[in-house]
Amino acid sequence: MTQIKELKVSAIENGTVIDHIPSKNVFQVIKILHLEEAGDMVLFGTNLESKKYGKKGIVKASNKFFKKHEINKIGLVAPNATLIVIKDFQVKTKEVVKLPDTIEDIVKCFNPNCITNHEKVTTRFTVVDKEAVKLRCHYCEKITDKKNLIIR
Amino acid sequence: MKNKSLVSISDYTKEQQLHLLDVAEGFEKNPRQNLLNNYVVATLFFEPSTRTRLSFESAVSYLGGKIIGFSDTSSTSVQKGESLRDTIRTVANYSDVIVMRHPKEGAARFASEVSKVPIVNAGDGANQHPTQCLLDLYSIRKTQGTLDGLNVAFVGDLKYGRTVHSLVQALCQFNCKFHLVSPLELKLPSSVKVHIKEKKMEYMQYTELEEVIPKVDILYMTRIQKERFADPMEYEKIKNSFILKNEMLQKTKSNMKILHPLPRVNEIDEDVDDNKRAYYFQQALNGVYVRQALLTLILGLK
Repeated sequence: MTQIKELKVSAIENGTVIDHIPSKNVFQVIKILHLEEAGDMVLFGTNLESKKYGKKGIVKASNKFFKKHEINKIGLVAPNATLIVIKDFQVKTKEVVKLPDTIEDIVKCFNPNCITNHEKVTTRFTVVDKEAVKLRCHYCEKITDKKNLIIR
Repeated sequence: MKNKSLVSISDYTKEQQLHLLDVAEGFEKNPRQNLLNNYVVATLFFEPSTRTRLSFESAVSYLGGKIIGFSDTSSTSVQKGESLRDTIRTVANYSDVIVMRHPKEGAARFASEVSKVPIVNAGDGANQHPTQCLLDLYSIRKTQGTLDGLNVAFVGDLKYGRTVHSLVQALCQFNCKFHLVSPLELKLPSSVKVHIKEKKMEYMQYTELEEVIPKVDILYMTRIQKERFADPMEYEKIKNSFILKNEMLQKTKSNMKILHPLPRVNEIDEDVDDNKRAYYFQQALNGVYVRQALLTLILGLK
């Protein structure tokens, strides 16, 4: 007997699927990857059932293929996400997100007295703790941690 | 070190720092040399600072260099809303090296990325003040003959004092033992302690000043600011426990010296000034030699 898996979010022919996103962070993932500007179909779902996590979010972006260091940035808001590349409806590759060593541009430094919050400066951080998500600002050298993390 | 900006003390390796101290010794013997003839040094102080600015300007003047710049922003285009990027790019056209102090943290690092001439950080907010750190290292080495294996006490505001943070970090390159004396509210932050722990060095924390005095080679005093306390009563309670008086200095090691980044308010009683262990004014003078060494190394003249 074949089991029919009902997909709540339809399959895509070619592109990238990001699975196991915490539901509340789906829109942040979309923002980090600039998918609001995508020209092709983007599907997303939140509060979907997940065996692993109870509830999860998912994003499927048609004809979008990301560079590793680009897509790994989503580790900031979706540390357990699975990244799946789809070609002709088939899974090409499947891997777990891995936070990169440095983060550019997307995070705001939490230090209000940091120069990046006063001048037009692209923020830059060194990831000093990938588990707990701790970022050291390249400019003011202060640590921005998970609870102070704002995506700009 | 030629053309290399100095923003954080860790921008220079231990070897480069020690080489700089050696060069500074030469300037102590002979501070008046015409090495900076025809050179222009810009001193941009977006935030006032008397000692640091005068020390840099004195260092340049003894070497025959010219100084351009400002000591506060009230009469400059910064007041008109000019960005730091534009100010730095403009001044970089007029000078060979830029010395800057800025109230925002990270300003010097940013400046070093947009400037075509090297930047020397003379203080960026609460972040770094590397030339103070170098002159502290110079003063310690000069009085103790070494930087290795010393017992160093830091006293006062260890939480907000950036000179303490940089110097602790720098001394972690050497095998020092740290004695940290502060009110509970102003303990050394864990972000700095992590450097001590990483290098597996010993440190002890105290809330009383008296008991560390006989143990140490260097007593590094800092000012405790009333504004740091949420409750003024707390300040009143502790303020006298961190004041150094001459009578407390009867049982010290013979080589012990007292350092202070200055300005002092009342944390070192004036009756200590004539004690042979008081070194803080000489320490301030050493700042001139260290800055002479730094500028000549950056300009490739040494």
